[in-house]
Amino acid sequence: MAIIKVERPKLTAGEKVYFGSIFKGMVITLRHAFKSLLGKSTGAEALNSSGMGITMQYPEQKWDDQLPEYYRGAPALVTDELDRERCVSCQLCEFICPPKAIKITPGEIPSNDEWAKVEKRPKEFDIDMIRCIYCGMCEEVCPEQAIYLRPDYVITGTERSEMVHDKKRLYEIGGKRVGLVNKWNDLK
Amino acid sequence: MSEDAPANTATAEKQLPKDLAAEKGMVNVQIDGKWIQVPRGTRMIEAAKMVGTEVPHYCYHPKLSSPGNCRMCLVQMGMPPRPAPGAAPEYGDDGFQKIGWMPRPVIACANTVAENMGIRTTGDLVETTREGVMEFLLINHPLDCPICDQAGECKLQEFSVEHGRGQSRFKETKIKKPKNVDIGKNIRLDDERCIMCSRCIRFMDEVADDPVLGFSQRGTNTSVTVHPGYRLDNNYSLNTADICPVGALTSNDFRFQMRVWFLKETKSIDTNCGTGANTVIWTRGNEIFRVTPRQNDDVNSAWMPDSHRLAFNTLQTDDRLTSPLVQKDGKHVGTSWMEATAKAAEGLGMCQPNEVAIIASGRMSNEELYLTKKIAEALGTDLLTIVPRLEESDGKLISADRNPNTTGASLIWGTDDPAAKIDAIREGVASGKIKSLIVLQEDLLAEAGFKAEDLEKLSHLVSSHTHANPTATHAKVVLPSVGFAEKRATYVNVTGRLQRTNQAVIAPGETRDDWESLAALLAQLDQEYETPASVDKILNSLASEIEAFKGQTFGSIGDLGVQITETGVTIPLLEQEKARVESGQVVG
Repeated sequence: MAIIKVERPKLTAGEKVYFGSIFKGMVITLRHAFKSLLGKSTGAEALNSSGMGITMQYPEQKWDDQLPEYYRGAPALVTDELDRERCVSCQLCEFICPPKAIKITPGEIPSNDEWAKVEKRPKEFDIDMIRCIYCGMCEEVCPEQAIYLRPDYVITGTERSEMVHDKKRLYEIGGKRVGLVNKWNDLK
Repeated sequence: MSEDAPANTATAEKQLPKDLAAEKGMVNVQIDGKWIQVPRGTRMIEAAKMVGTEVPHYCYHPKLSSPGNCRMCLVQMGMPPRPAPGAAPEYGDDGFQKIGWMPRPVIACANTVAENMGIRTTGDLVETTREGVMEFLLINHPLDCPICDQAGECKLQEFSVEHGRGQSRFKETKIKKPKNVDIGKNIRLDDERCIMCSRCIRFMDEVADDPVLGFSQRGTNTSVTVHPGYRLDNNYSLNTADICPVGALTSNDFRFQMRVWFLKETKSIDTNCGTGANTVIWTRGNEIFRVTPRQNDDVNSAWMPDSHRLAFNTLQTDDRLTSPLVQKDGKHVGTSWMEATAKAAEGLGMCQPNEVAIIASGRMSNEELYLTKKIAEALGTDLLTIVPRLEESDGKLISADRNPNTTGASLIWGTDDPAAKIDAIREGVASGKIKSLIVLQEDLLAEAGFKAEDLEKLSHLVSSHTHANPTATHAKVVLPSVGFAEKRATYVNVTGRLQRTNQAVIAPGETRDDWESLAALLAQLDQEYETPASVDKILNSLASEIEAFKGQTFGSIGDLGVQITETGVTIPLLEQEKARVESGQVVG
């Protein structure tokens, strides 16, 4: 194997003193520092930061609009176009839930209700967000397209009981979801 | 002898399998290639069951007649071809004739086996047939499994997974039928889910003798209905929900309470009457959700009265006693078991033997009745009784004796009528002759005919109850007690069969098992008494003392119980079933 001898680069006098490079570096740093003071940090827009540096000031600033479509946040119940609660409390999500975070008390829809033909809906629906591992199994198993993982990830509370999402809270998070299969249509 | 022997062997060698089987009243049947002997007259479906092959079916139920209308149990059948005139049948090396398979399937539920018959429960013909039948059954099925209580134990779900297509080819609009129909106190009807197996109709007609159900309309519009002007209010109506293979008939009591896959099953027995129907208690966590009958052909066949299966609801109420109570200045205050037992024993010890009486209950288990007898012996009193509960039998499963363990009480106490002394005790209490009373599991003011002012005359009253009640308000010491589903115990039913309950749930609060509180009381009264470590030990000492129980343990009783004595009492429903089996109406 041939041996290639690498020559050391020949440095000029200026290069040998190093000050030039140090000064250049400091200029770059200072330029960023000044830009930051003026609120014009590079990349601030993409990171949705205030411009005071590129560190996102969470929770004042959030990256929510950058969350992907498939983001798995808090599971929540949804209603359909007709404001019907889609959940019929079949309890499959309760069954599949790996950390046993879901607790459902099934109930009957009274005969004078508009949706009496659906017969069943949850009387209570609790998801313990301390237990939830955001796996999305509940969404996958749901035969009624009633439970979805929403982009909500800020689930905080000062007490354990606050961390349990009840039925009302779950519908608040879930909201209305359109374009789903209307199984309980006029033919049913 | 020596001359006959070789001749006999020679004939034995010539004997064909059919002759060998015929001697025993059996026939040879080939099921999925395997030859077995089954009794003559066996249904093909039962013969398959004998070799461990379950032929899928909906309408067939061994306790009911076989109309053969669901067509799910179709199998392929073959018989030896008929020999030409004059020709002798040909037997192969194995002694069987060659089977000629029929090109079309037959139903296995209503056909009986014959000599040299072949049955195929698998194969192309059978499998495509099942697939076809399943497709027809699902044509008008609403597929509302998410809201159907039967989901999880639905034969339609199971068989469509096993034998269905997975995809529907049906393009037309499904027939709409009545849903959520109120047809009786305990039963809800959903006609869209019905697959017209007619099990419920036959049950109400043949077993319950109340034929209120029937089919109306024709073709795809056929639906199960109650006859006009009638309702399904029979006390056996919930059995129709049990035998319904789909969710067409469901229980109102269990409706939307819990999905079945969450429930744990505990084998137990019913303690609402002397029959002691075998049951399964379905629980989740510490809550009972339903009770269903468990098949025991010597006790309850496969059925159970509604009133008894719904009785568990009275156990799970808010008025349960949860801790021992002692009366202080006319008020009951909670206390420790130790103090309550000591207080109870103290008051009893102050009386003369003839001033103390014990009113036990026919609802108590053998172990508890045995300890009660020991307490009576320790107190030196012979005033020991149960409260009689004789009413009328319903002519089916509800015994005239509403106490589940009267037989046990007579065996253990060695008396013909364990309730004989109730009148004497009642009079003794009224006259003030009896000063102390122990009341176990009975509300004297409700059923035993006692008066509140008489109970006030007592200087000491110890009572043990599951629920708060008027008798307990008069008691000096009240001990909380466990219900039927909360203890492991044995009972002897009216026919003399020893059966056991198993613990399905845990009693609330500080409640102790009854044997524990009785043994603790006995230990206070009799210093030499060694408190047993478990209920098994009590059954052991009971078995060593009472002849009828000899050698019995919780293990030996098993799930179906053992007959330990013959009382001569019969269960009417079993007699009716026996008659139907003998007439060939049902398999049994």
